[in-house]
Amino acid sequence: MTVEVRLPTVLRQHANGEKSVMEEGATIGEVLSNLSQHFPGMNDQLLTASGELHKFVNVYLNDDDVRYLDKLDTKVEETDVISILPAVAGGDV
Amino acid sequence: MLVLTKSILEAIFAHALREYPLESCGLIAGESGNESVVKRWYPTYNTAQSARYYTVEPREYLKIERELDSSNLEVTGVVHSHTHSDPYPSVTDVENAVDPSWHYLIVSLRFEKPVCRSFFILNGNINEEELVVIK
Repeated sequence: MTVEVRLPTVLRQHANGEKSVMEEGATIGEVLSNLSQHFPGMNDQLLTASGELHKFVNVYLNDDDVRYLDKLDTKVEETDVISILPAVAGGDV
Repeated sequence: MLVLTKSILEAIFAHALREYPLESCGLIAGESGNESVVKRWYPTYNTAQSARYYTVEPREYLKIERELDSSNLEVTGVVHSHTHSDPYPSVTDVENAVDPSWHYLIVSLRFEKPVCRSFFILNGNINEEELVVIK
């Protein structure tokens, strides 16, 4: 199935400046994998070498953080919207 | 160069002082294609609840993104405070810099009055930009 994936500004440069793209997949993992294949520049920023979700990225299925669902195995439906956002953090040390 | 109004800067300072002794954080938004002018300021919750670290509450960030979806605005940077150090990116700030196009504003509370500076962080390199405050 095809779902909408909303991209943060840092990833839009790899997707011709688009705010969102449509991508195939039955799970979050499949969608992200296909996204990385279509837009290779995103690969390092989404998934680690071992195929896990990168710690600097938060992925939402509609309103829910997929880390609190079934992570990359979370199933998606055609009406779902996936949002990818960077984890924004820092400090003074 | 980053342009923002005096009222937005005062709101940023007020948020930093209100959150003290914890670090404060928030996001700024500007127009797509004209990211050098701050149009909106969104104070956010620091989930780290720390005087040394900050993490923008992810769901607040998601909510802000959705609010901006219906406009021609986008998140263009992040603001955070250094409660006892200079307004200059720390090693942690550089390591966690997520977007080379973002403005990284740092408010220092170590002086008598808050001081704010703005930077770009690209591949570990820090470049300060001029901060222009308008009425």
